[in-house]
Amino acid sequence: MKRVQFEHSAVPYLFIAPQILIISIFFLWPAAQALYQSFLLEDAFGMSSQFVWFRNFEDVLTSSSWTRSAIFTVVFSVLVSVLSIAISLFLAVRADEVIRGAKSYKTLLMWGYAIAPPVAGLLGIMMFNPLMGDLYKAFNSFGFEFNHIENANDAAFIVILIAVWKQVSVNFIFFLSGLQGIPKSVQEAATLDCKSPERRFWTITFPLLAPTTFFLLVINLTYAFFETFGIIDVSTKGAPGGSTATLVYKVYVDGFLGADMGGSAAQSVLLMIMVSVLTVFQFRFIERKVHY
Amino acid sequence: MYQSKWRIFTNHTILVLGSLFMILPVWIAFASSTHTREYIFQNGLQFLPGGEFFTNYGAILFDAEATKGRVTALEMLFNSMVLGLGFAIGKVIISMMAAYAIVYFRFKLAVPLFWIIFSTLLLPLEVRIVPSYEVVANLGLLNTYTGLILPLIASATGTFFFRQFYRSVPDELLEAARLDGAGPIRFFIDILVPLSVTMIAAIFIIMFVVGWNQYLWPLLMTTDDQLYTIVIGIKQVYNSLYEGGQIPQFPKAFALTIMASVPPVLVVVIFQRMFVKGLVETEK
Repeated sequence: MKRVQFEHSAVPYLFIAPQILIISIFFLWPAAQALYQSFLLEDAFGMSSQFVWFRNFEDVLTSSSWTRSAIFTVVFSVLVSVLSIAISLFLAVRADEVIRGAKSYKTLLMWGYAIAPPVAGLLGIMMFNPLMGDLYKAFNSFGFEFNHIENANDAAFIVILIAVWKQVSVNFIFFLSGLQGIPKSVQEAATLDCKSPERRFWTITFPLLAPTTFFLLVINLTYAFFETFGIIDVSTKGAPGGSTATLVYKVYVDGFLGADMGGSAAQSVLLMIMVSVLTVFQFRFIERKVHY
Repeated sequence: MYQSKWRIFTNHTILVLGSLFMILPVWIAFASSTHTREYIFQNGLQFLPGGEFFTNYGAILFDAEATKGRVTALEMLFNSMVLGLGFAIGKVIISMMAAYAIVYFRFKLAVPLFWIIFSTLLLPLEVRIVPSYEVVANLGLLNTYTGLILPLIASATGTFFFRQFYRSVPDELLEAARLDGAGPIRFFIDILVPLSVTMIAAIFIIMFVVGWNQYLWPLLMTTDDQLYTIVIGIKQVYNSLYEGGQIPQFPKAFALTIMASVPPVLVVVIFQRMFVKGLVETEK
């Protein structure tokens, strides 16, 4: 808050009104609706509904398809976050060291931010098209029996690969600016103390980047949870048999394609709880940053 | 700083490989989009461009038949532009105003209103899509630009960016302005907005790209082809690839993905410095 502020008047209400209005109509109302619907059971034709307390939640939590999707979401999110963070940190460290062509490398590695997730999904799935995909042919010519249409692990591999590809550039931007924020004097002292670049990285650079890494971990988990919807919808559509459907994708499939409103709303509410926990966690830890 | 020859060599090798990893999929898509469908079908994806660039891109841009719907890619590009610009402009204006009220005024409902805004960060659109769709349908806003853009603006990310920024503006400015007799609206328009120009530009660029790339929400609420954005058009074309027992139109699907990607990529590359600054400074 500011030390100096304007006196009480109608002005602040005028300024904050548009945002509050939009939030009330398009956020509070639907969120309340989701909460309400999650306690209702509609009949098959959507003509009548009755209040069933927590039955939708029980159904969701005990259904094997939800549990499987939850497990996939967790494994998927952790793998995507860890892999894309590792790759982009590796690239950022090298990009920070080079002198010739530094600018070009930076541009070449960061433009991917602008690619829409469904575009990434389409590019990825085409590379694995059994008719003509180069990666599909390459994998099979090396003797892997790669078949993402029938094999759940192979399909998961593709979705993870695309999601990582899409996310590398964002992480790269953050790591590079983090690295460039390390004072020159610290870097030079580090060079004098340890000759080996690997040791220098683990003892000096990496600890200094810890706050950035932690922040990116949260960002990446959120990305893997929500923004990969477009990737999945264009590449595998959750196939085979729902094995690559994340929880968000399942809300969409059950609610829109399956028309199970109560079940979908209950899933939404469960997701809301999970995200709230993640966000509160993020704010508690990021506001007072990890410092060394 | 001392660097061994070997280190310099591996640095460049790794960075070139990294760049190739990023670029190759897009390059292959571009090269393959410039061949005939028969050629791609027989020979697989291509690394070198062919001679059908103008035929394929022309068909996609101007002939609705090629995009499997009633709209051409040109119309889809227009819709995407409306979405990107509308989203960015709306978000910047609304969040600048709300942040101004929060930071510069002491008023009764400040705390509860702040928490209402904060709560939108907890629940992204993705987790409340079904009820959001119903609300927009009840308001009769399906298949309108308003229904497309407004619900996306409801999240408060922009407000927090501007809140952070305003808090870094020195208090002395407000004291001086008040001594000179400037009221709150005057101060906002004449002092705070001009001070925020770089910040506005950076957020505008980021939000334009975010808006252009929206997928789930436009997918749900545009049942009318006339409002398809180019990102939605991709799904449309991809889904109909194998229809009708004909040779799949891979080149045109690729042409569409390239066209969907060129505008946001250009924006990010051209305004690279501003974009990176905005991204890194606001997300902290």
